Amino acid sequence: MKLRKIFSWTGVALSAIMALNNTAQAEDKLKVGFVYVAPIGDHGYTFQHDVGKKAVEAEFGDKVETTYVENVPEGPDAERVIRQLAQGGYDLIFTTSFGFMNPTIKVAKKFPKVKFEHATGFKRAKNVSTYNIRFYEGRYVVGKMAGRMTKTNTIGYIASFPIPEVIRGINAAYLGAKSVNPDIKFKIVWVSTWFDPGKEADATKALRDQGADVIMQHTDSAAPIKIAEQEGVKAVGQASDMIAVGPNAQMTALVDNWAPYYIARTKAAMDGTWKSEDTWGGLASGMLTMAPYNKNLPAEVVAEAKATEEDIKSGKIHVFQGPLVKQDGTVVVKEGEMPDDGMLAGMNFYVQGLEASLPN
Amino acid sequence: MDLFINIFVGIIIAATPLVFAAIGEVVVEKSGVLNLGVEGMMITGALTGFVMTVHSGSFTVGILSAIIAGALMALIFAFITQSLMGNQVATGLALTLFGLGLTALIGNSYTAESIPDFPKIFIPVISDIPVLGPMLFHFDILIYVSIALVFGVKWFFDKTRLGLTVIAVGDNDDAAHSIGYPVRLYRYCTLMFGGGCAGLGGAYLSMVQTPMWVEGLTAGRGWIALALVVFGAWMPVRAMLGAYLFGGISILQLHSQGFGLAIDPQFLSMLPYLATIGVLVAISLNKKGSSKLKAPACLGKPFYASD
Repeated sequence: MKLRKIFSWTGVALSAIMALNNTAQAEDKLKVGFVYVAPIGDHGYTFQHDVGKKAVEAEFGDKVETTYVENVPEGPDAERVIRQLAQGGYDLIFTTSFGFMNPTIKVAKKFPKVKFEHATGFKRAKNVSTYNIRFYEGRYVVGKMAGRMTKTNTIGYIASFPIPEVIRGINAAYLGAKSVNPDIKFKIVWVSTWFDPGKEADATKALRDQGADVIMQHTDSAAPIKIAEQEGVKAVGQASDMIAVGPNAQMTALVDNWAPYYIARTKAAMDGTWKSEDTWGGLASGMLTMAPYNKNLPAEVVAEAKATEEDIKSGKIHVFQGPLVKQDGTVVVKEGEMPDDGMLAGMNFYVQGLEASLPN
Repeated sequence: MDLFINIFVGIIIAATPLVFAAIGEVVVEKSGVLNLGVEGMMITGALTGFVMTVHSGSFTVGILSAIIAGALMALIFAFITQSLMGNQVATGLALTLFGLGLTALIGNSYTAESIPDFPKIFIPVISDIPVLGPMLFHFDILIYVSIALVFGVKWFFDKTRLGLTVIAVGDNDDAAHSIGYPVRLYRYCTLMFGGGCAGLGGAYLSMVQTPMWVEGLTAGRGWIALALVVFGAWMPVRAMLGAYLFGGISILQLHSQGFGLAIDPQFLSMLPYLATIGVLVAISLNKKGSSKLKAPACLGKPFYASD
């Protein structure tokens, strides 16, 4: 018993010394921390965030010190991880998953001098910014491609959790597909995970068995692309270019490009110009890019996709422009009007035409 | 009909990694050792099987190396808990963390690699029988191996002297020791068998079910396998049925959603664990001590040989 006490006190003393060390260093270097929901090796969503982190290192060299914590579950553990970073003297902390929203806000209250950046959420504070990518713009583009490419008129959609981010993606893809193919049907499967390659593979097979011949995913692993390749159907890469896994299957991929944002925010923190803001960049800002379109696609499908990209960039079309109608017939955006970002950020309904009900 | 067959086949495939891992752990726990490192051994097997197949181009080499890798992981556990008398729970958890970390480190460059499709067995005539053919006789060989393994283990415990000795070691290590059985040696052997099975289960995931390598591929299946051992009350066939039940729930849940039936996926994901808690309650209520519902008496206890 005594021995254990000695150990635990040594531990406290050691961490105190380390904390002192950290504050001493913090004066010359900006310390930037990243919290990831999946392993960097997912070669998808988290991988892209890490590409952004590396860009920050490359840009500022020894003026910054970065660290990351990967594979952090969304839940109580996240709060512990974020607090540890804040206690460890980190000046700027990026928390990169929707589920880190409440933990980030909670920790931010206790560390008013630390600047926090939360990805894909909607709660802000004086020292908490939010940032996100308008993924839905890309999903609208691939929705159109899916609508053209499907022979069974059935699109399979692997979804993670019923949060606005994911629902917006489903709606955008559906609107895109519907605009070129009025007979289109969506089969949506919720797998209740961001990352479980086995389950994502099973879901892909299930959708394939039910007649889907284009698979879309809002989960983080490349397993659906792999199975699509095996089954000879089409798929869309998520977050990162997954062409290596599905050279025939991947039509394109929605590639997240966080680097410019991370560099800009790190710079702002260094210059003292950092303020709590909300950033939501899409195709036009370069935060979202489409991976090279697969060469095996018909030229007119690619041409249409590229034209759609341009129209979204120029603002000629908006994915959710009116008329936008809920499943029950309620009009959300009237004909000829544009949606506001607040509605989009909190989107919790399916659009008219989708034959499914949202899980609670 | 095709859909029905596909669902059935999907269930069997989804359950097979669990069958392998659970049957190995049944044997381990029957001998009185609790190895919580199943997840770590599985993922080591998953990476090893995949990498060796990439390099050798042979599935046989991949499968065998996965088994060896799992068994080697178990050997580390056996040495620490049986020879150095380390705490089994802590060592098992450490083994899981070690396996996850090590494979993430080594496996990073293999994420974009791919291997050919795992061959399915096709028996002329039998595999052509309508419905039953594609349902029962058109799997890859590992599925038949997993079923044979389960019944083999059942036979081993029910009918062989060696099997009874393993049970004796797990139920009363001191007594087994006093009549001259080498308790530690038995436990080394069961642990390595369990490790080999877990490695094979992991390889099934990375070589047949998914088939790819990515960090964290097993995504908690090792823990489900541990729960299945309790769910099956340490009986091989019941543990296998538990695995199929679990596979069934997870696949049916995906299909029912595709059809637009609304069942909360969260509820379905919870079911296997609820069932496990149910069995644990049944075990602790089992005052009469019916031998059918009892954990091995020495489960998790360190064994000190009294000379």
